[in-house]
Amino acid sequence: MKAEYVLELRGVKKYFPIRSGVLNRVVGQVKAVDDVTLSIRKGETFGLVGESGCGKSTLGRVVLNLQPATEGEVNFNGTDVQKLTGQELRRLRKQMQIIFQDPFGSLNPRFLVKDIIGEPLRLHERMTEKEIDKRVVELMELVGLDASRRNRYPNEFSGGQRQRIGIARAIALNPEFIVADEAVSALDVSVQSQVINLLMKLQRELGLTFLFIAHGLNVVRHISDRVGVMYLGKIVEVAPTEELFARPLHPYTAALLSAIPRPDPERKRERIVLQGDVPSPANPPSGCRFHPRCPAAQARCSAEEPLLRDLAGGRQVACHFPLDAELMG
Amino acid sequence: MAEKLLEIENLTAGFLTQSGTVKATEKVSLSINKGQTVCLVGESGSGKSVTSLAIMRLIDYNSGAILEGSIKFQGDELAKRSQDDMIRVRGNKIAMIFQDPMSSLNPVYTIGDQIAESIMLHRKKSKKEARKIAVDMLRMVGIPAPEIRAKQYPHELSGGMCQRVVIAIALACDPDLLIADEPTTALDVTVQAQILDLLRGLQQELGMSILLITHDMGVAAEMADRIAVMYAGIIVEEGSARDVFARPSHPYTEGLLKSVPGLEGSRGEELYTIKGNIPGLSQLPEGCRFHPRCPHAKDICRQQAPPAFSVSEGHQASCWMYMDEGGAAAWKLESNPEVSR
Repeated sequence: MKAEYVLELRGVKKYFPIRSGVLNRVVGQVKAVDDVTLSIRKGETFGLVGESGCGKSTLGRVVLNLQPATEGEVNFNGTDVQKLTGQELRRLRKQMQIIFQDPFGSLNPRFLVKDIIGEPLRLHERMTEKEIDKRVVELMELVGLDASRRNRYPNEFSGGQRQRIGIARAIALNPEFIVADEAVSALDVSVQSQVINLLMKLQRELGLTFLFIAHGLNVVRHISDRVGVMYLGKIVEVAPTEELFARPLHPYTAALLSAIPRPDPERKRERIVLQGDVPSPANPPSGCRFHPRCPAAQARCSAEEPLLRDLAGGRQVACHFPLDAELMG
Repeated sequence: MAEKLLEIENLTAGFLTQSGTVKATEKVSLSINKGQTVCLVGESGSGKSVTSLAIMRLIDYNSGAILEGSIKFQGDELAKRSQDDMIRVRGNKIAMIFQDPMSSLNPVYTIGDQIAESIMLHRKKSKKEARKIAVDMLRMVGIPAPEIRAKQYPHELSGGMCQRVVIAIALACDPDLLIADEPTTALDVTVQAQILDLLRGLQQELGMSILLITHDMGVAAEMADRIAVMYAGIIVEEGSARDVFARPSHPYTEGLLKSVPGLEGSRGEELYTIKGNIPGLSQLPEGCRFHPRCPHAKDICRQQAPPAFSVSEGHQASCWMYMDEGGAAAWKLESNPEVSR
């Protein structure tokens, strides 16, 4: 059964120009997101993983049209987000929201909590102060905050509570789609699990669709229905969560999975330790971008760029020599 | 019996503030044997970094002080030493690496000079010799083309490379104890794997002891011989890595391990949570500090702080649960539906 797609990306690119010299000429491009095609179904949680600098946050921002794409289409419920202007874009913003990583930096310290949560209501809805206050109380209770503390400033709340404030603000307008950009990464473990549970509860109750961006693979595995792996601006593998973790096809996915330390001292270490660092997206390697670090690289990998191919079982991989040849058919 | 390198006893360290003294650690006892890796695990604000700063006596520079207790290193008392004396120990016999590699390097000196600095100071070498050793150190920590890298500045290196440089600085004087305060937290997982491998390899090669401070139970499991779990300034559980992971005995340790989603097994279910938040140091609860968040809290927990009870040999937990059993680990999580959700 295939639910309709809420979000469809086609060939999305986001390049940042590098300027230098007295004339401020463009001397190069940082290819933060390079030709990404992706669809997210209604009610699904799509996890996006990758190391820092791979372009996952930029992709999240492009999806919300917080930054315009250099090229490509971003379709939200069938309309191209980038062609919208003024009123239409404003209306669309109600339906897509974002939760940020840093619970300290994303809340204005000079706003009362009720004003932070109420701000989207004030901007988008014609509501009286009384109605707004009622909705704020409702939202705070929904995310597990003590609503009697709404007349306080964010500095009086702990990290986990602030993240709840950010979540309450994101769901204030009953959006359809939420980008959670490293929403739990900055939290301590005991608080992190509380917030993960909250996000999952809200998804069930409100029928939300999530783009869950994170580098913590265990969290992504727990919360996502499907997972996409990014490396240097490209999506290298997409698969249903269980399958991705059980049988990774791309060597990078396999290395990423094996690098996670497990809380089990008895476990044998069979780690693929990658050599070197992630190359600069301003000057990516030729062919497959992973080939200089890939343990299975061959001559073809440095010459020819592998495309993201569709496989059985809803899997996709961009690799000339995937790890499980049988699946490739 | 292995040789004890570091022995901390009843260490209470804190900060002097306008509204009085805040104790960041209270009666912390911990010992590290030669060649051993001990992990100090806990969440933010649990006092793990303060413990390491106290060992290095760097806490004095952060408007803090050691209020009580002793820190014996190779038999010498460090807690009462003068700062002039400490200079000879710090960076020489005990070295430290910090969380953020970018900000622990000086941006206006080349990395070669930064490594050479401590070699000239502690090993009394000439500048030329020290520079040569610096290049060797860079090679040892796995930096390609060390001769060229030595002449570069920190901004020319990636985060993982910078952390290797920091490790090279720390190991330049062949320390007996390396304190690593969240050495991989700021790094990506694939780079983290490289750095942990490097630390393990160097430890085998040089035979030093490591005090590793981390909040990641996975990192602790990979690295540690022994584990001490800290909560709100006290060590709540201590034991060999195998024991602590196989039989977590303090409800806090148990909760920590259960609230992390795994990479195998079921997913998508509600995660176990420790209710509430970590208390601030100025508003610590009476009795056991964990009792407001503990699913097993009894009356005694609210009134009196528990001493460390022995759970099995070399495995202790500070929890009243072990009082009646005379030290035997009779409490099982499975038998208690409240915890196992």
